[in-house]
Amino acid sequence: MKPPRFEYHAPSTVEEVLELLARYGGDAKALAGGQSLMPLLNFRLTRPAAIVDLNRVPALSYITEIDGQVRFGAMTRQRAIEFSPVVRARLPLLAEATRWVGHLPIRTRGTIGGSIAHADPSAEYPAILTALDGEVVIRGPAGERVVKPAGFFQTYLTTSLGADELLTEVRLPATPPGAGWAFEEFARRHGDFAIVGIAALVVVEGQRCRLARLATAGAGPVPIRLRAAEAVLEGEGLADAAIEAAAQTARGLVEPDSDIHASADYRRHLIHVLTARALTRARARAWGQG
Amino acid sequence: MSAVTVRLTVNGAPREGRCEPRKLLVDFLREDLALTGTHVGCEHGICGACTILIDGEAARSCIMLAVQADGAEIVTIEGLARDGKLHPLQEAFHEHHGLQCGFCTPGMLMTALDFLRVNPDPTEAEVREAISAVLCRCTGYQGIIKAVQAAAPALRARRDD
Repeated sequence: MKPPRFEYHAPSTVEEVLELLARYGGDAKALAGGQSLMPLLNFRLTRPAAIVDLNRVPALSYITEIDGQVRFGAMTRQRAIEFSPVVRARLPLLAEATRWVGHLPIRTRGTIGGSIAHADPSAEYPAILTALDGEVVIRGPAGERVVKPAGFFQTYLTTSLGADELLTEVRLPATPPGAGWAFEEFARRHGDFAIVGIAALVVVEGQRCRLARLATAGAGPVPIRLRAAEAVLEGEGLADAAIEAAAQTARGLVEPDSDIHASADYRRHLIHVLTARALTRARARAWGQG
Repeated sequence: MSAVTVRLTVNGAPREGRCEPRKLLVDFLREDLALTGTHVGCEHGICGACTILIDGEAARSCIMLAVQADGAEIVTIEGLARDGKLHPLQEAFHEHHGLQCGFCTPGMLMTALDFLRVNPDPTEAEVREAISAVLCRCTGYQGIIKAVQAAAPALRARRDD
């Protein structure tokens, strides 16, 4: 229950981080907020030769709005996101979901980049990235690449991030006018990882639903965008019957695994119920009743 | 790897120690600085017993390395009482039976202190959500919830000083 020995580095620039990752050739771990990696080290489930601590790289911590996107330095704390006026105004779905990330003392240290790079499919931020179809910026020896969620999440705790690469920025499209949003989650206790989480965003134009975005956490090895359910809403609108049809569709789009926390059937049931709940709340906000 | 020097401020006083980089902050506080008020529970960031304030914000000291706290300002449970007088939050826990065995209490107090700064006038539901960050196996939480709610006005008044 104590970390194994490792070489410890605390560089101050991204360039130094990349040099160190290259030097250890896959045997170093980048330490962000540490809220997942430190438990893994304590359990000795991971035994890297070196830890490259990102907490002394000031250039990785920022929230800026540019070109209709809100951009987050990878080391931006979840707590900073929770209380950011920019996030509240421009990404209220992210603000709402952040309240579900662990507990306040976890969010003090936990980061947006760390949560997404860790790629726990039950976690909130990967689902938000997927729902909003954001981007991650990755830097490595070959330069910079910008990757969509579908090209990033591969399976449980596994991404397309190379061992010599660093996720440096997360980009999320700012919420358009006329939008409503909601994040719903079910867990046994508040602060636990989600058994199922649903992120929903709808943009209305009169009675129409111009755009719908739905993604789920906890329904498989990666967060899943529920495209066919979005299409139901974009075709039929946001009446109760359409929401119910979208929730039914969502349930059929996932093939969750059974595990110690919940059976596959129960997860499908939750996806149905939580999708309907999220859409009902999102609709109320879009219609100005939220 | 050879030892590193860690210099930090704990409860207002400059402190220093040498340890391996893999040493957890909670172990550094307890073993190197002899501040045993912070408790080691689950050692993987779940139970909240080891919660302290780092630069004014609550965090788990069992999932942070001591070396990462170099230069930080830390407040532990030992920093709450002043001149032998309990902090109002401690008074409230005493008054409302917010503890039994006391194991979770340091983490519970530091968590509640941070929470009441962020949310000085919370509802009961908000208190429940906040203290779900710390596991208590004795009290059933009822006394803790009462204590945190009772402390809120006292802490607001203190801030107005």
